[in-house]
Amino acid sequence: MNAPTCPSFKAGDFKSGITPIWCPGCGDYHVLLSITKALAALGRPPEDVAVVSGIGCSSRIPAYTNCYGFHGVHGRSLALAAGLKVARPDLTVMVMSGDGDGFSIGGNHFLHACRRNIDMTYIVMDNRVYGMTKGQPSPTTEPDWDSALSPGGTGLSPFHPLVIALASGANFVAREFSGDIKACTNTILEAIRHPGFSFVEILSPCVTFRPDEKEWKQTVHKAIVDPTDDPARAARRIMTDDGMNTGILYRGNRKPYAAQVSDEVGDIKALEQAFAL
Amino acid sequence: MAETEANSVSLAILGSGGAGALTAGGILLEAAGKAGLYGMLTRSVGPQIRGGEAAALVRLARDPVECAAERYDLMIGIDWKNADRLAAEIPLSPQGLIIADPESGPVPEEITASGALVVEFPLKQTAKAISGGRENMVAAGLAAALTGMDIEAVRQVIRTKLARKGDDAVSSGLACLDAGIKGAEKMPRSYKLNTTPQSDRDRWLITGNEAVGLGAVRGGIRFAAAYPITPATEVLEWLAPALARVGGALVQAEDELSSINMAIGASFGGRASMTATSGPGLALMMEALGLSAASETPVVVVDVMRGGPSTGIPTKSEQSDLNIAVYGFHGDAPHVVVGPLGVADCLFTAQWAVHLAEAMQVPAIVLSDQAIGQARAVIDRPADLSFFANRRIWQGGDQDEQEYARYALTADGISPMALPGTPGGQYTADGLTHSITGTPSSRMSDQKAQMDKRRDKVEQFDYGTHWAEIEGDGDTVILTWGSTTGAAREAAARLRAEGTDVKLVALRLISPFPAAQLLQAIHDASRVLVVEQTHSGQFARHVRAHCDLPGEVRPFHREGPRLIGPAEIVIEITDWIKP
Ligand SMILES: Cc1ncc(C[n+]2csc(CCOP(=O)(O)OP(=O)(O)O)c2C)c(N)n1
Ligand code: SF4
Ligand SMILES: [Mg+2]
Repeated sequence: MNAPTCPSFKAGDFKSGITPIWCPGCGDYHVLLSITKALAALGRPPEDVAVVSGIGCSSRIPAYTNCYGFHGVHGRSLALAAGLKVARPDLTVMVMSGDGDGFSIGGNHFLHACRRNIDMTYIVMDNRVYGMTKGQPSPTTEPDWDSALSPGGTGLSPFHPLVIALASGANFVAREFSGDIKACTNTILEAIRHPGFSFVEILSPCVTFRPDEKEWKQTVHKAIVDPTDDPARAARRIMTDDGMNTGILYRGNRKPYAAQVSDEVGDIKALEQAFAL
Repeated sequence: MAETEANSVSLAILGSGGAGALTAGGILLEAAGKAGLYGMLTRSVGPQIRGGEAAALVRLARDPVECAAERYDLMIGIDWKNADRLAAEIPLSPQGLIIADPESGPVPEEITASGALVVEFPLKQTAKAISGGRENMVAAGLAAALTGMDIEAVRQVIRTKLARKGDDAVSSGLACLDAGIKGAEKMPRSYKLNTTPQSDRDRWLITGNEAVGLGAVRGGIRFAAAYPITPATEVLEWLAPALARVGGALVQAEDELSSINMAIGASFGGRASMTATSGPGLALMMEALGLSAASETPVVVVDVMRGGPSTGIPTKSEQSDLNIAVYGFHGDAPHVVVGPLGVADCLFTAQWAVHLAEAMQVPAIVLSDQAIGQARAVIDRPADLSFFANRRIWQGGDQDEQEYARYALTADGISPMALPGTPGGQYTADGLTHSITGTPSSRMSDQKAQMDKRRDKVEQFDYGTHWAEIEGDGDTVILTWGSTTGAAREAAARLRAEGTDVKLVALRLISPFPAAQLLQAIHDASRVLVVEQTHSGQFARHVRAHCDLPGEVRPFHREGPRLIGPAEIVIEITDWIKP
């Protein structure tokens, strides 16, 4: 269970034989490839990794890996993963989500997962749309994006996941573009290795409901400065960039959440004694 | 002095604003327990966070006490602020005695209407005359003397309870107690237990909420997730340090959507896991409970029920979450619902629930309620039980064995579960309909096979004799469940003492409904009274949905907060069987 790093794994060792339900060209294929590469580089065997998700196209990912997986209910993946990691601190826990799953229905859990700072890696495949339910605006969708559910756009200003993560206490914050597999792989690996709660937003185009996102390949650009450990500075940078800035933006050094379940056999008789008259 | 002797005495101490009524009640109960009596302390409190009206309701007896008193012999009012609101829950006997402090103004009419005798006693003035003195200790002295308690036992409890506040606190506490005892000499009525205490027995002092927590830990729970809610919070507050002492952990969640999912995640990791909540929290947990059922990840949820719907009456009891616990899931989701039959049984039922959830890999809901959860009782030391979390774990396979199938179809419907970390056992737990390997599927054949399997494992399981407690014989049956069992048991005992044969059947297993066992147990009944604390008769309908009861059937139910008591059950039965 606590295997030393062993460099002999290949990305293929982390893939299952199940064919994804995704549309051809969906950005999530690249995310799947990047996490399998990052896990191979990490060097822990697939059985020591758990991949937890909610509901959405993106959340289908666990079954496509060869790790232990949990495809839970919509929006609650962070909570489920928190219980798992406290119960089984020996595992590497990855949480995979979408912008609807993670920021809308699961928004509250996001804040508290950042605060709690349990040692796990949270990857949100942000396509700025509800893909699985066929094209409704999510919290990161532009205010004027037209759809059947919100004709003419929502008129609402988009949510800033990275800033919110910083303000809530996340210990590692990064943004990547799914098409840049090398950068994604590297950042995911760094995120896993960083202690505490690591958050990576991956811009992952929905080619079906947001064909305009195919342009992301051209519009993303690498952050020109190194990551900082000052959350205020990181927040300022992120608030003032164009949302397309990629790279590791913040590395904090808060202490991870401490409570853990152990195999210790406690003395239950001592607990009972407190009730004796 | 008019001295009444009885098998049980009951007293109420009222006071608001941190007057210490509940502390005084707690001291009396503990002392009675130490002196070899049994008893129960229930509390009736207002909705205020601090400073609201509070009543400590103490019932003492020679034998174990399983329900609160329905008539009070003695009431001591430290003050009467808002006491009228509690009056309906503390009916006084006309032969009763009300001790009132003249400084606190007139006794409310709702209380004097009982016909009990009002006598004045200067509680506050007496306490003030003693340096550091408090009127609740004077009240304790009056109550102890008027009920004939072992005063040395009371002194001993005060000494240990107040020790951490210093020697001065102990001596002023004892001085107040003595002043109260002295005051009792002049009282015109007293109420003594006609019994010699049975001090040879090994006894515990415990609340239902603590007992649920202990039962869960004894059953093997090592992870809990928590979101506070009255009246379940004490389960969680007891578990927090207790789990830490046995290598487990409790995590405070941001809401119940989170707490239930945390528990499911921890269970997926191989640790027996739980959470505790009340009705509003259970409502929020329903979607994830369906996930637990579909993904076959065991979890235990303790629901300490309170008055509903919506926020209802948070501090008071009802059994009205039966419907949501049994029928609240979307889709068909076989699971287990059990209800503890009293304070002591909270331990048994919680431990059994852990065993059931883990053995069958299902969600198990434990329906306790405020009436037993927050009641503190003297009970006999519970027996060691042999129910433990005993999940069927996949231990790993040989090279030439076929691919591991997490949801394999087996004879008893239970499939071995691989735990993360086990090579070759990797699977994805899923709430989507899946094949035997866990791969999402929308095929008719997979839906049917997995649904049949989930039903079979719950319906074919051997629940042994624990599905109910059955007492007595006769063609008149009192059928009940959960916390109303205490009142029903006492009613049955009174009826038998009057020469009426009654059989009591108290269901511990609510779902899957033990129809065959129940029908066998009462096949020759000519009358069945179905007793429960709900407005609409949820239990009666649940029973009727699963079986046609023999003979004539009468539902007997009422919403909270006034608890169903033995006397009204006795009247119901006697009127019924009168020729
Ligand atoms: C409780 C609940 N409400 C609604 C849904 C329907 N639903 C499924 S996926 C989804 C949105 C997913 O969006 P996102 O997380 O962005 O994932 P994507 O499909 O874009 O990858 C919704 C609303 C659901 N499954 N459960
Ligand atoms: S709908 Fe969009 S997000 Fe979903 S699989 Fe297709 S391209 Fe990907
Ligand atoms: Mg999306």
